[in-house]
Amino acid sequence: MPAAEVNHVFKSYADKAVVNDLSFSVARGEILGLIGPNGAGKTTTIRMMMDIIKPDSGDVTILDEKLSEASKNKLGYLPEERGLYKKLTVIDSIIYLASLKGMDRRSAERKANELLDQTGMLPHKRKKIEELSQGMEQIIQFIVTIIHDPELVILDEPFAGLDPVNTELVKKMFVDLRNQGKAVILSTHRMNEVEELCDRILMIDNGHTVLYGNLAEIKSRYRSSSVILDFDGELGEMPGVTDKRTHKGYAELVLDGNTTPQQILERLVSSGIVINRFEVATPSLNEIFLKVVGKNHE
Amino acid sequence: MTLLVPLVMLLGIGVFHLISGIAEPPVAEAVTVGYVDNSGDFQGYAQQGRVDLVQLRTPDDATKALLAGDIKEYFVIPLDYISTGVVRLYTLKKQLEPPADITTAIKNFLLSNLLAGKVPAATVDRVEAPLNLVTTRLTETGAVAPEQGGFGNLIIPVVFSLLLSLSIIFSSSYLLQGLGEEKENRLIEVLLSSVSARQLLTGKVIGIGAAGLAQVGVWVISTPLLLSLASSTFGGFTSTIRLPAAFLVLAVVYFILGYLLFAVLSAGIGAISSNSREGQQLIAIFTLPVFIPLWFMSLLMLLPNNPIWVILTIFPITAPVEVMIRFGVSEIPAWQLVASIAALVLSIIGILLLTIKVFRTHLLMYGKRVRFREIIRSLRSG
Repeated sequence: MPAAEVNHVFKSYADKAVVNDLSFSVARGEILGLIGPNGAGKTTTIRMMMDIIKPDSGDVTILDEKLSEASKNKLGYLPEERGLYKKLTVIDSIIYLASLKGMDRRSAERKANELLDQTGMLPHKRKKIEELSQGMEQIIQFIVTIIHDPELVILDEPFAGLDPVNTELVKKMFVDLRNQGKAVILSTHRMNEVEELCDRILMIDNGHTVLYGNLAEIKSRYRSSSVILDFDGELGEMPGVTDKRTHKGYAELVLDGNTTPQQILERLVSSGIVINRFEVATPSLNEIFLKVVGKNHE
Repeated sequence: MTLLVPLVMLLGIGVFHLISGIAEPPVAEAVTVGYVDNSGDFQGYAQQGRVDLVQLRTPDDATKALLAGDIKEYFVIPLDYISTGVVRLYTLKKQLEPPADITTAIKNFLLSNLLAGKVPAATVDRVEAPLNLVTTRLTETGAVAPEQGGFGNLIIPVVFSLLLSLSIIFSSSYLLQGLGEEKENRLIEVLLSSVSARQLLTGKVIGIGAAGLAQVGVWVISTPLLLSLASSTFGGFTSTIRLPAAFLVLAVVYFILGYLLFAVLSAGIGAISSNSREGQQLIAIFTLPVFIPLWFMSLLMLLPNNPIWVILTIFPITAPVEVMIRFGVSEIPAWQLVASIAALVLSIIGILLLTIKVFRTHLLMYGKRVRFREIIRSLRSG
């Protein structure tokens, strides 16, 4: 059974459909990337999964049951907009919010210290939240999200405000969560992180599903007929190549519909140029995103 | 504020004690008042306490003496005083009415002269101060009532009602501010991912109610101690102040109910306000009427049986303060207390249920002003 299942969910605000017949699931031990342009309905979808708002119609099943106050203790949620009590200390904030998830004080304090140590935040535990930088506050909020060992973790823009070191730290923690059999939903605009971390993706736009499935399969579906070439020498005109795009350190050759990459490789070898790298081009998720969303908005 | 109020009172008693031990009591200043007697019957008894009455021959002489500063004021007794009773007072000061001590001195001077030689001196003294009324309140069985009323019994209810009003203002503001902060820094989403809107709201309301209970508990416990300290320091009037048990019970009940009412109101307003400042402005619509019983307290003392006080007793927003003040002035029929408490309880429950409905819908509308139509729509859709 999936960890979370959303079936034919609708949500409107003032007669405008924000989420329109959305269906998807996320399995245990998986990271699902939830992506889409601004205003696509990602945050609304997440809030419906968290029972912060109710859908107009449709079902949301979390951990094999309808979401209740008891099952909320098995969820971890990192909202897009950060928020902690400014005047409370780090340790008190974590313990209080962990207690709302059903943890007793002693366990919460012990686990808080472990996570603070793991993230290098232990020296700051007695500081007030308002004394922390945005990135440090983000780390604390992430600790709050996972301290109670949730089975389903939903993260909305978790990398916002993080420096590269903390980004890597947080990414490692995501992977650890997945390897422990947790289900993770990652909503973000950072496509390179999605490509690196996610097993499947769900792209929504104007509340509709526009892409859903295995990331590798989607990328191969959008594979364009072009090759990446790093070479020495003069290329000149090549039959079967309709366009040549020069990038930093390599060239991209766009093939016509009748020429295969294999044929181009043979022609390149026979032309005598020195080939350092030859690769069939796979579009980045960012390119797929721009293509799909751009087409949707035409 | 819970501990501050008794501490400030203690400080006040201490300061008074200190100052009264250092400073000499002020000496009353003697005053000279002139008079012109056209009737010829008023010659003696010119010394009336600190007021010296000096006879002058004519009104012109009196005016000159007034302008020269020899006398403070002067009055003229006309020839037809016995039939009219009119005496004209002349003064340089603009005043609402003549000072009470001068009026008393003139009255006693006239009385003493009118009765001189006709009745004994003791009778003259009695005529000057004919009434020293001592009231004893009886119960329905004819026994002396334990609670005698009077101004001494008004002090504590008035002080408590003032403190309740201020506490309501502060606690409402505190709850609104906290809710506003949680909305503005988006903490509300983290909270709602852990608890339901009903649990969140009920928790805040109960929390504020418990704070109110703690506050009234500290004040109720400290009041007898402060009263005994005050009466040993100030003496006299403060020693007449009593703290009846019925008042204590009512104070606790109305404190809690008053706190709860404004807690649910504040939560509802916090849910529909776009920011903390707007919420504070909106709650003022409800907190200002809390002071209505205090504004009209003197009218209540003058007309204690007017039906308007019944309305204020039963209307939930004014009920807590009105009941406390009325308790110090007159009897409150039991049916009015029952109706008042019932109205409060029903209001609290009703507003709480409405607030939960509105809360969930509008809590996440950050920075967006909620229109009245949208609130009605969300109440209907639930």
